[in-house]
Amino acid sequence: MQNKKKQYLGTFPVLLIILIVVFLISMSYGAVNISLDEIFGAMKKWLGNSQDMTLNERIFINIRLPRAILCMIVGAALATGGVLMQALFRNPIVEPGLVGTSSGAAFGAALYFVLGTVLKFNAGEWTLPIAACLGGIFSTSMVFFLSGSRQTGKSSIVGLLLTGIAINALFMSGVGFLSYIARDPQARSITFWNLGTLSGASWHSVIIIGAATVLCILVALRYAKQLNALMMGEEEAQYLGINIRRLQFRVLLVNVIMIAVATAFTGVISFVGLIIPHFLRMINGSDNRYLIRNGALAGAVLLSLADLTARLLLRPAELPIGIVTSVIGVPVFIILLRRKNYFF
Amino acid sequence: MLRVKNISYQTSGKVILENVSAEFLPGRLNLIIGPNGAGKSTLIKVICNQLKPTRGDIFYSQKNLSEIGIEELAKKRSVLSQNVELAFPLMVREVVMMGRYPHFTGKPAARDEAAVEEAMRFFDVSHLSERNCLTLSGGEKQRVQFARVLSQIWYPYQDETRFLILDEPLTFLDVHYQFDFMHKVIHLLSSQDIVVIGVVHDLNLAAKFGDHILLLLDGKVLSAGNRNKVLSAQNIQTAYHLEPIIHKQDDEMHIFFR
Repeated sequence: MQNKKKQYLGTFPVLLIILIVVFLISMSYGAVNISLDEIFGAMKKWLGNSQDMTLNERIFINIRLPRAILCMIVGAALATGGVLMQALFRNPIVEPGLVGTSSGAAFGAALYFVLGTVLKFNAGEWTLPIAACLGGIFSTSMVFFLSGSRQTGKSSIVGLLLTGIAINALFMSGVGFLSYIARDPQARSITFWNLGTLSGASWHSVIIIGAATVLCILVALRYAKQLNALMMGEEEAQYLGINIRRLQFRVLLVNVIMIAVATAFTGVISFVGLIIPHFLRMINGSDNRYLIRNGALAGAVLLSLADLTARLLLRPAELPIGIVTSVIGVPVFIILLRRKNYFF
Repeated sequence: MLRVKNISYQTSGKVILENVSAEFLPGRLNLIIGPNGAGKSTLIKVICNQLKPTRGDIFYSQKNLSEIGIEELAKKRSVLSQNVELAFPLMVREVVMMGRYPHFTGKPAARDEAAVEEAMRFFDVSHLSERNCLTLSGGEKQRVQFARVLSQIWYPYQDETRFLILDEPLTFLDVHYQFDFMHKVIHLLSSQDIVVIGVVHDLNLAAKFGDHILLLLDGKVLSAGNRNKVLSAQNIQTAYHLEPIIHKQDDEMHIFFR
């Protein structure tokens, strides 16, 4: 018991220190290198509301700092979403987008790229995020309500999973159709969006995604215990007084808000949500209380590293971050799975 | 007391349970037996609120099951299933602690910790408490599940009767642990506020340990009462289509088949 508690506490500060180091590195390096002195100088001026900043200081405050923060938040959201979905589906190969969220968001975004000008739906810089977010919420609700009609008393979670796969396929073919009928620049926008990018980071997006993510993680922690019980199966969880349908609804709601909002601003970023829960499980088991807390930090670290790589490899241009997460994620994932003493 | 009154259950036009009534009293071991397809598991699921009966009522003490919330029920009734598989690796101690989940929000209180410790000691799994549940042997896993289920009703809830429902608990145990487990259950019965209902397959275990036996056949009660009444040659032949040899000596009863 003592031992376990110590281990649990141990992971959190270690990850926190790693995150701070990665954060500082990722702010220093990029198309323009900024020294730590300049970073602290800029911070001081910014907090003191001073107007006379150098170019580097401006780049730092208006571009790099919001991007670094957004990166951490999105990483935290994706990893927490992965933890929640894997626990809810009792399945280690589930990604947060599985229940249709990211394909729906991609469809919403594609709709905007192709038909945005025709439909005259315009909300300025918010149009794309709103379209993507609505798409994600719409597809996830479709999954939830379509799976709900299966009242056979059999596993409702399998129904949810299969409905999710079907709806995902539907919306991906919708995205395919829209790319097919799109003119070339629009089709390229769709492709880029599906690879994810953090280059659009602004303080507005940081505040919106940050608020949604922090709130959702706090709520998610409340369901950690019930998700633990679900590891034993739906029946067992019910015997412990858990209303499965209600739990599904609430966890999906938390997940869809977090993932749809994050995806809306950054596009589809794969693998973070899949790999982080596995990584943590290997260190310290699968207690969801531990996974959610540390998953958020580990996700932030991973995505910050991926963003740093994406910005540095082709300096001054940058790679889509989704490509980096996949290229790093896949081999790491396979190595982890091949380790002997890991069961999932 | 747990009372089942005129329960019928049908699904897709097939009648699984038909007008089943039974009384399960505290302080004695209530066992349900019957051939495959007799409706034992369905009856257990109906009693546990997992399936809604087509007709009839279930009473926990004096309260109708349909009026008890799922959360309240979990505080006084626990259920052991025959094979619980964890989807992810988890420490034994945390699995046993799940039994206390209905009783606390946030962090476990001292009495939750105490219940977990004692339930683990009772089922002889204390030494495994830091082990990963997925690496245990079948018998060890089942004992961990016993400990979890028992920790759930370790203390009475608002001085009400507690209910322990065992759905084929012995399936994955060797003879030693089958007997060991039965003796432990009997030990539990010495506190008079606990109703134990179990499904077993082995007629000899039923004969040895059952104080009150319910024999189901084709969704109906074929016989209910003490072992001498229920485990008659006539009943066994009707239910299992086998001719038994029943050997009685002193207080012991053994059933053989040709």
